[in-house]
Amino acid sequence: MSRNAVPFAVVAAALCAVPFAAPGYKTSLATEMLIFAALAMSIDVLAGYAGRTSLGHGAIFGIATYVVLYTVTVAGGHPWMGALLGLCAATVAAVVFALLAIRTSGVYFLLITLALGMIVWGICLRWTSVTGGENGLRGSVRPSLLAGPVPFYYFVLAATALMSYAMWRFVHSPFGLTLRGIRGSESRMRTLGYDVSLHLFIGFVVSGFFAGAAGVLYAFFNSFASPATVALAQSVAALLMVLVGGVGTLVGSFVGSVAIISLENFVSFHTERWPMVLGLVFIATMIFAPEGLVGRARLMLARYSPQVRKP
Amino acid sequence: MLAFNALNGVTFAALLFVVASGFTLIFGLMRIVNLAHGALYLVGGYIGLTVATKTGSFLAGAATAAVAIAMVGFLIDTSLLRFVKGYELRQVLLALGVALVLNDLALIVWGGDTFTVPVPGALQGPLRLGAIAYPRYRLFVLAVAVVLFAGLWFLLHRTRLGALIRAGVDDLEMVDAMGVDIKRVFIYTFMLGSALAGLGGTLGGAFLSLYPSADVEILVFSLAVVIIGGRGSLVGAGVGSLLVGMLATFGQVWFPELAYFVIFGPMAVLLAFRPLGLFGRAT
Repeated sequence: MSRNAVPFAVVAAALCAVPFAAPGYKTSLATEMLIFAALAMSIDVLAGYAGRTSLGHGAIFGIATYVVLYTVTVAGGHPWMGALLGLCAATVAAVVFALLAIRTSGVYFLLITLALGMIVWGICLRWTSVTGGENGLRGSVRPSLLAGPVPFYYFVLAATALMSYAMWRFVHSPFGLTLRGIRGSESRMRTLGYDVSLHLFIGFVVSGFFAGAAGVLYAFFNSFASPATVALAQSVAALLMVLVGGVGTLVGSFVGSVAIISLENFVSFHTERWPMVLGLVFIATMIFAPEGLVGRARLMLARYSPQVRKP
Repeated sequence: MLAFNALNGVTFAALLFVVASGFTLIFGLMRIVNLAHGALYLVGGYIGLTVATKTGSFLAGAATAAVAIAMVGFLIDTSLLRFVKGYELRQVLLALGVALVLNDLALIVWGGDTFTVPVPGALQGPLRLGAIAYPRYRLFVLAVAVVLFAGLWFLLHRTRLGALIRAGVDDLEMVDAMGVDIKRVFIYTFMLGSALAGLGGTLGGAFLSLYPSADVEILVFSLAVVIIGGRGSLVGAGVGSLLVGMLATFGQVWFPELAYFVIFGPMAVLLAFRPLGLFGRAT
């Protein structure tokens, strides 16, 4: 770890300096990047370490956002109460998703999580009396302590750092090793006496919990939830961040989030063709850099310095 | 009213079958979950709309759409998918990218308005069936689906290409080892599946209408059909279409707020017990 201490300190210092170096709108953009990095990272926990690529995490994320907004604006609860309920709701959703999805793998897993996400989207769109339908829910839900953009940035930074550390510990724990074992060979793990379904279930729920935590932050950030928050596009964008950064690296999620949100911001400023650019980035990533930016960098590093230990 | 809704369910299922049969063919043989299938449906519908409006012939519209989308499918398969051959997940995600691009292109060309493909006079208006009057056009779609089912069944079970496709679904490497040019079979299958999406777009464009998010909606229904029916199975696609069509129609009538749940709830339960679908086989 000491080998990485210097770059780690530099990145940490840079992140802390954002509100001074780039005040105003850019700080809010950086806040958004951190939130989506957390969501992408939660997908990477499953995709990179358990070999299960999910297109349903956007929905879990969005459920937390909806619950926070509903608790505060409709039910009149306290924001922290909303945050707690949002986390619980997302975890419950993750339990339901997991129970149905863990029996499958590969593309089938992708399809069932996609379909489950679409159910959530359909309910948010149609159950107008609770979700507000197409209009969604709007209202100031940020705790008064974090009202300003700068305190809020530091709050999100701290929360994201904590979540990243937790996820990093999770995938590098003995339990995380069993997930990697399942990714490598399910039947071998079963033969060794591991309860594969149970491990996948726990992995999914933990990953969903972090997606929900990101959703709570997003509710504080955006103060608005609509069917677009839980739509497939949300899951797709988050998954693309994982892919661009590099699957199975965790750090890649930050790289991907910064890359995609910067690009979105840049493209949207000049043209309305963001969906097309997003599609082209998807195609180009799959063809030219399926291992992602961080994965590619590691490969090159490994080629030029053979003594680097395998990640 | 019940009979009317049942007919609505069956005719919707007929449209779903046209679209999902193409999806399941590609999925079954090539192991590609073509998430661009919905976008192909939408673009096919728009092409059918333009040609049918310009020439005044619905048939010309449907035929042009099928041929044009088959060509688009050919381009996608030969120019993009070949780079990720053998990587299931990359293929899916690449197809997802293609879907985004196609959808946005359609938005540029045809805009965000809702269109309905014009149908010939002979298919307009209601047909009296005993006590109820039912739109002729939807019955026509049902007839098309029945003919298509028979045609595809004949193709798959009575022709050499069909035998190769079925053999490919069962054991791809073995077919390859027998000296069959499976790549060519792949390309034909992808084009056929795409053509069905284009045809479905024109058919569906006349009664569901075309708008920018129609692609995701039909894609999700097709996914449900294939997940329920099992990949690569024609009978599975038929049964799956009927189930999904009925659930969607009656769900809409009985529980309008939870319509989506009514379709996907049973699907999720089924998947928990038969992960490969009703007619799917492990490979």
